[in-house]
Order: sequence, then C-alpha cells, then structure tokens
Amino acid sequence: MSRIELERQPSLGSALDAALERGRDLLCLIEADRERENVRLTYGEFAARGLFLARALEECGFGAGHRATIVMSNQSKWLLSAYAVFRRGGVLVPLDFKLSGTEHRQLIAHSGAQVVVTEYPVWRQMALPAEAARLVLVSEAPPNADLRGARRWEDFSSELPSAPVARQRSDLACIVYSSGTGGRPKGCMLTHDNYLEQCAALVSLFPFGPGSHYLSVLPTNHAIDFMVGFIGPFVCGATVVHLRTIRPEFVREAFTRYRITHMALVPMVLKNLERGLRQRLDDLPAARRALIRGLIGLNRTLVGRRPKTWLSRRLLWPIHKSFGGALEMFFVGGAFTEPETLEYFFDLGIPVANGYGLTEAGTVITVNDMRPFRSDSVGKPVPGTEVRILAPDADGIGEVAARGRTIMSGYLDDPELTQATLVDGWLVTGDLGRLDSTGHLQLFGRKKNMIVTAGGKNIYPEDIENAFVGLPVKEYCIFAANYLWPQRALGGEQLVMVLRLEPGQELGPELQQKLEERNRRLPDFKRIHGFTSWQEDFPRTASMKVKREELAERIRTQLVRDHAVVEI
Amino acid sequence: MIAVLLNKPRAKDHGRDNERSDRMRTPQQTLDEILDLASKHFKVARHALEPDDDFFDKLKIDSLQALELLSRLEHHFGVEIPDYEMQGVSDFRTLAARVQERL
Repeated sequence: MSRIELERQPSLGSALDAALERGRDLLCLIEADRERENVRLTYGEFAARGLFLARALEECGFGAGHRATIVMSNQSKWLLSAYAVFRRGGVLVPLDFKLSGTEHRQLIAHSGAQVVVTEYPVWRQMALPAEAARLVLVSEAPPNADLRGARRWEDFSSELPSAPVARQRSDLACIVYSSGTGGRPKGCMLTHDNYLEQCAALVSLFPFGPGSHYLSVLPTNHAIDFMVGFIGPFVCGATVVHLRTIRPEFVREAFTRYRITHMALVPMVLKNLERGLRQRLDDLPAARRALIRGLIGLNRTLVGRRPKTWLSRRLLWPIHKSFGGALEMFFVGGAFTEPETLEYFFDLGIPVANGYGLTEAGTVITVNDMRPFRSDSVGKPVPGTEVRILAPDADGIGEVAARGRTIMSGYLDDPELTQATLVDGWLVTGDLGRLDSTGHLQLFGRKKNMIVTAGGKNIYPEDIENAFVGLPVKEYCIFAANYLWPQRALGGEQLVMVLRLEPGQELGPELQQKLEERNRRLPDFKRIHGFTSWQEDFPRTASMKVKREELAERIRTQLVRDHAVVEI
Repeated sequence: MIAVLLNKPRAKDHGRDNERSDRMRTPQQTLDEILDLASKHFKVARHALEPDDDFFDKLKIDSLQALELLSRLEHHFGVEIPDYEMQGVSDFRTLAARVQERL
C-alpha cells in the first residue's frame, strides 16, 4: 500500500482524511483497559465516528481557526476528537489532564478555546464555569450525573455529512503549552506545515506500515505520542493500541496480545522496565543466569552497533517473547535517558531510538537513527532541521539552536518571549550541547532555569512558587539547582528554594515543617528537593519582580551547593 | 517496577485473596490493612508508617511504583481501582478513603 504523499497535503485534516480513505478496511485503533477491549475500529469506522463529532462541532458554529481543547487521559476518544477538530479546520489545544483544575481553567481561558472535550473525572475536578466555553463535551459520565450544561460525548450520532474545512500549510494547527501557569503560559503556536514536515522527516527514518502495531501508553497531549502514536502511524496505515493503564502487568499482557512492534516511552518507564528485567535475571538459578548472560554477550558480539532484530530474537527468544515477540524498537524522549539503560536494551536486541526535542520545535530536533546505534548522543538532526552551537567554549559546548520548517511560529500573545526565543530564524533552546565530528548532538546541561523530570515533564520553578504562599519568611524564590550551580550533566535534576528570613528569625524545625507540609501538597514530580538560606534582600525590578538572573549570579558566587543546600 | 516483564502471568481474576476480605471493613481497618500491605510489599518497618505519611517519601517510590501498590490493594480488597484515582493522592489516609469508597 502506498504511503500518503505528505508533501502534497495542505493540512493535518486533509492528511488524516486521505489516510482514513486509503486504509478504509485496515485495523486503525484499539482501546484496551486491563484485559478488556473497549474499542476496535478500522480506518473506515474511525472516519465515521469522527464525523459524528465533526457534525456536532459544525452545528454549534465551530469552524476555521476556532480553538478546541482536549483534556483527556490516554484513550481512543482523544484521537477521534482531534480528527473532528481538524476536519472542521479548527485549532487544537491539547492539555495535560494531570494539571490541577485551576491550571486547566487558566490555560483554557488563555488559549481562547470555545470547545472543551474532556472525560468525567477530569471535568469534575476542572469545575469549569458554564460561560467558559461554547460547548463542553464530557465522556464516560455516569448515567445519573448532572453535567450542568455540558453534553455527553457518547450522545453524538448523525447520518448527516460534515464537509471538510480547508486549511493551508501556514495556518495554525495546534497551540501546545510548554509550561504551566504560575509564571507565564507558553503557548507554542504550531502550524500544519510544522507538523507535516515533522511527520515526513520521522516517517522517512522510521517507516511504519500496515502490520506495525504501536502501543500507546503516554497521553496524546504529549508531543511524542501525538506524532509517533497518532499522525505518524495513521499516515502509514499502521494500528494504534491505546492502553488506559500504565501498570506494567497490563502493559506486559498488551505486548503479547496485540503483537506490539513499536512503543514510545519516557525515561522513567524505560528505567523501570530495565529494573524489572535485571531483577528477574538476577533471580534465575545460577546456571541459567550464566547461560543467558553468555547469550547476551554473544548477541552483543554478533550484532555490533547496527540492530539485527531477527538475530537477537533467535538468540534471546525468552526475553523477546516476554515483549510479545514482535517488538522492533522503543522510542524514548522527553527527558534525559542514561546511556547505561540504552546499552542494556541494545544488548538484549531491543534498540531504543533516543531523541531530543522541544515543543517549540514541533517535537523532535535530533534522533538516533541506529546507523550506528549510539548511547552517548541524542542522535543527528532529523531531515530538514539544522542544529548549531551558539558561542561554543574551548570544548565546543554552547547553547543549542535549531532551524527548520518544524519550528513554531511563536508563543501565543507573547511577542516579547517569542523575540527572545526565535532569534534570526533560529530557535534558541536553552540547552547546552556539542556537535561531534559525525554530526551527533551530545547534551551537557541547561542554561535555562527549569528541570525536566524522568517522566518527561518540564517544571519551571516560577510555576510552583505559588504553592508556598504564606510561608512565614521575608521572601523566597525557587531555582533549578543546576541553574544556580551549572554542571555539565543531565539527570537527577533538582529544585532548590532560596529563603530570605525575617531579621532575627531562625531556620528551625517549625519553619522546616511548614515548608515540608506545603511541599507535600504538590504532585511528587513538582516538589522541591532542598532549601538554602540567603542573607540579603532579593534584588527586584521597579515593579518589584525578583531579578532572578541577578540573584542566581550572587548565589552562585557566594554559596557552594554541597554546603549550602539542606535536603528535604 | 513493578514490572517484571519476565514474571509469570498474573492471576486473571480480581478475586479476594484472603478470608479477611469477605467481611465489611471500617475505614480504620482498611487503613490498617493498607499500611500492613505497604510495609510488607516495599519492605519498610510497619511501625515506621503513619496514616498521614507521604507514601512517595516514606516508601521511596515513584508514581509507577505507587500504581504497583494500587494493584496489590485491588487484589487484596477484591475491587478495581482505576489509575486516575491516584491523581493527587500522596498519603495513606486519602488512599484508604479512595479504596473504602469502592468496597
């Protein structure tokens, strides 16, 4: 079956329409929950269901350029709803369902979304006022639930057609928030051209096809899943399997039941898979353990640095069988992955394509193409993207900048931040890296004041300062520890609170307890890891905003991290 | 993890795994049983766990391991608890309340 000619498609909507028409009888989407299968759709059935929703959007006046947000966990209705939005020529605003209700309301207001598509548990927490959106669609609401004006997602069925609304490449396709709400919402504006170019580049490197089965466990608002678990597989006629739980026992079963060939992960999940495998191998009787280790060594020797999955499967069948026996590769991104983890899986014959990207770059900037496999880099720039290092030092390390047709057009309603981020056509990333002689990018840390968790979440210190309001101190400020004390490493990133006490106040157990209480109210991935006391008033602007860079510079020169920071 | 991919397949049923599960529980009993299970599963002394403790901190676990605990609780109490019930839950007492709602 021929692939969709992406270069001829003007928009994501038209590319999806072409994919649905071309693959009509192929298996498109499965939604599984534990051992149950909730949904199984061919491409033709997917189109029919998506059109019900497109019709509903049309009836409420939703059309070209209008914005709709989806706030859902990993499930089939996410993709169906997104298709309906694109079919109507709308702009999609994908939000992380794990944000708080307040954050959801703030971002919905900031994005100007007229339509909100969500699921009942999220909707309940969101407490969206009726006037906040023209149409609110809620899935999986209990039969007796009072939806206060919102409508049930499942109620839509219509025989009436909904004509596609044409869009151009330069039109906005998505607004994707790359930071939360405490500071400055950063709504990346990505065009149809950005996405179609990105998709073409990735598909050229990693061609899916009918028979490819992609297991989706990341929520689709995650840039990786949106591209690798939705647009990419659809234009290739592959099958997407959504699993509504990330619990490993069910993930393990899904590998086998659905003959999974590809899966995208964040480093935390990959690390956990590694931990489990290591433990299982360690638990084997000594003779079997020695045999498997011998086979792993043999596989390493025979395979070299270019994956030979067919060979590894034969040599290490029990391990491959536990992953369903059809697994071709994992994709990992969103945060730093330890080289040891990448090597571990490669030695087992399961290649992991390690990549680097930013929402601002429409997902991926570089990826390891396995020619050859390398664990010490985040790969080479994808086709169509250029990377350069700004102001490199003697070791060639400097700030990473990227240019190409996948880069966003700017931040929504924030020309100042856009100007600081897009300089002379280059996206200035805030990450520190080096290009080696073969064109591979290696990352060494960050220049920007933020951390990325192993779960792939970007945490900006200013976004979590609100959680500590009322802390009885004169003032406080939160920093990424690596921003205060730069080091050439990624991983193990931490947040540190700098406290300025009242005159005569002491940093006693009572204050520490209050700090810890507030910290615990935050989700685990947003918590601060330590604090330090600072003896001067914070430098502030005329409008009383803390001058973070200046404060960081003073702390950097006067305090030593290991001595100054008290860990919580 | 949790997820020992090479493990033997998990029992398919969500049956109650001991006779204690067949009687009604008070919220306090549910909480005590959860503390017992967490202590056993993550090998932390029972006396070191308090109802209002943050289980991420006390058990030194990540969010995936917290889901592992949830699976263990499902098996013990004979109920199904969706992943999203763990959203925003970080102490044993709240966790026990979520379980109690489904008993």
